[in-house]
Amino acid sequence: MAAVTSVGEAPLAAPARPPRGMQAGRRRRLNAFRYVVFTFFTLFFLLPLLALLRFSLEGNTLGTWSIAAWKEIASYPGPPPLLSAVEITLELAVLTSVVTLVLLVPTMIWIRLRVQWISRAFEFLCLLPLTIPAIVLVVGLAPVYNKIRHFELSALMLFWAYVILALPYAYRALAAGLNAIDVKTLSEAARSLGAHWFTVMFRVIAPNMRQAILNALLLSAALALGEFTIAYTLLYVNLQVEMYSISRNTPNASVIFSTSLAALVFAFLLLLIISYAGRRRRRGMR
Amino acid sequence: MTSPVTDTTNTAARGAVEVRMEGLSRRYGPVVALDGLDLTVQPGELVTLLGPSGCGKTTTLRLLAGLEDADAGQITVGGADVTRLPASKRDMGMVFQAYSLFPHMTVQQNVAFGLRLRRVGSAQRDRRAMEMLELVGLVTQADRYPHQISGGQQQRVALARALAIEPQVLLLDEPLSALDAKVRAQLRDQIRRIQLEVGITTLFVTHDQEEALAISDRVGVMQEGRIEQLAPPTEVYSRPATPFVAEFVGLSNRLPGTVSGSTVTVRGRDLPLVDAATPAGPVTALVRPEAVTLATDSSGDSGPLTGTVIASTFLGATSRVTVDLGDITILAQLSTADAAGLPAGSRVSLTIRPDPVLVSAADAPAESEA
Repeated sequence: MAAVTSVGEAPLAAPARPPRGMQAGRRRRLNAFRYVVFTFFTLFFLLPLLALLRFSLEGNTLGTWSIAAWKEIASYPGPPPLLSAVEITLELAVLTSVVTLVLLVPTMIWIRLRVQWISRAFEFLCLLPLTIPAIVLVVGLAPVYNKIRHFELSALMLFWAYVILALPYAYRALAAGLNAIDVKTLSEAARSLGAHWFTVMFRVIAPNMRQAILNALLLSAALALGEFTIAYTLLYVNLQVEMYSISRNTPNASVIFSTSLAALVFAFLLLLIISYAGRRRRRGMR
Repeated sequence: MTSPVTDTTNTAARGAVEVRMEGLSRRYGPVVALDGLDLTVQPGELVTLLGPSGCGKTTTLRLLAGLEDADAGQITVGGADVTRLPASKRDMGMVFQAYSLFPHMTVQQNVAFGLRLRRVGSAQRDRRAMEMLELVGLVTQADRYPHQISGGQQQRVALARALAIEPQVLLLDEPLSALDAKVRAQLRDQIRRIQLEVGITTLFVTHDQEEALAISDRVGVMQEGRIEQLAPPTEVYSRPATPFVAEFVGLSNRLPGTVSGSTVTVRGRDLPLVDAATPAGPVTALVRPEAVTLATDSSGDSGPLTGTVIASTFLGATSRVTVDLGDITILAQLSTADAAGLPAGSRVSLTIRPDPVLVSAADAPAESEA
């Protein structure tokens, strides 16, 4: 077999650059702008958090320091105890994001590949929860959950409602990912190589939506971590509800601040971990 | 699918197959894309479907690949009826117009993908993938991702990927149209070389006549869902079967003429007819620019075949000269050296080479058309 000589062509050329002097000046201005924006938003977000931290460490008299408030949260007797509320919330976040993705990813790819004509209706359906306030949703959900309560199921049952709430966000993230790839050509190429529809979906299309899937995961997890209205009105206790009851049942004002801060930091750290883990895997992708 | 062999020369030995399409029809709503198309591609042959957009050439390819279903008709490959088989079971390699490499896989993984689906062992898979990359001259790029290589290289990988599964038929859907001119010509020749080397039955679709003429064993010129002419490139060019083919492939001067007997008289000159049975009367004769030669005219006469040069287009080795004959303009293709002696404004006399010409119904106003 004779190897055919490579045709002499360069890899895609870098875009033409403007003259050096002009570019340097523009880059300096752009950098300065970046720093200003970055500093502004850092202060905007950090100052209230720092204030929260300071107030949560307030002692009995003004200006003194104490960690009593944090101790009080940690030793909150419940019911339920703080740790179990944390556990329930984490489980809810995992369950919500996984169920949302399992429902949405194959459905959306399938619609794009085979039944494009219902995509409008499907989009409308997925975005609908955005237009319904949580409190209205509760009115509809309450009778259902009252029935469920007979079986003494845990707060984990909230995930049904959370999946509905997460739909619009996850849908948008996944749709962006699908739009970024040439689904039709990739699937046709895979099929001509002998791939069945299942293989096309999970080995060709889905892997190219990694970032979108990760974003959808992040958004649905964030929603489950921060949800209060539905849990509270349906009389379930997740972390947010627990924080609320701790701060309501204490005479110590610092506790209120420490619970808010704890809830914020908890969600923030989790989201940071998820997105970091996703990015690291991406870099290691072969 | 037979088990993959380790050497591409065996592919040719396995025997190329015949592809036969009979009475193939396809509609998109009220639009008829294919209208009872018949086409047979001989074993190991490269047939190109050429035509303007919307003529049904891509539809033909997609029906053959199984990416769309025919409304009527039958497709057989190597004697077996594949009309109702899904794309994944048709055993055809396809290269697409759009870049179709899987972005999350390296070049080598892309080439090996079809073999993985066929559960070929990893050692054999890798060996086969590297062989294919060697065939297209991209072994050094094996570990790169598609976005790290050029468009031309991506299409070569796509070709390697399509051939890796040892398909019975190779389908090329305008694989060169997204590339720039130089790469396009190089890759075109490379595709032909590989096709001959592997000996695979190939259907190539393009709207670029130069590409079609350069690469094919036979060219099928399509219009409105039908094949107007299916013949070797030289025949399509020099003996077009219909006026549409004459005008779509290459340039033609449309000159008013009169048929009498087996000749057509164009500006006082008798030219033989392709179709001797043409009824007598006024017609439009289609004359190739290269059948027209020019000479400096010093006589000062104003006969029907003398005129003034009004423009000259430099094409490299040849030049295309536009001559005003008073009532019409005519294009002549000359060597650049000859054209250099005829600047705009020169008086010239024309000679039309007596090649057999094709005629179509007379145009209303007499004018030349590029």
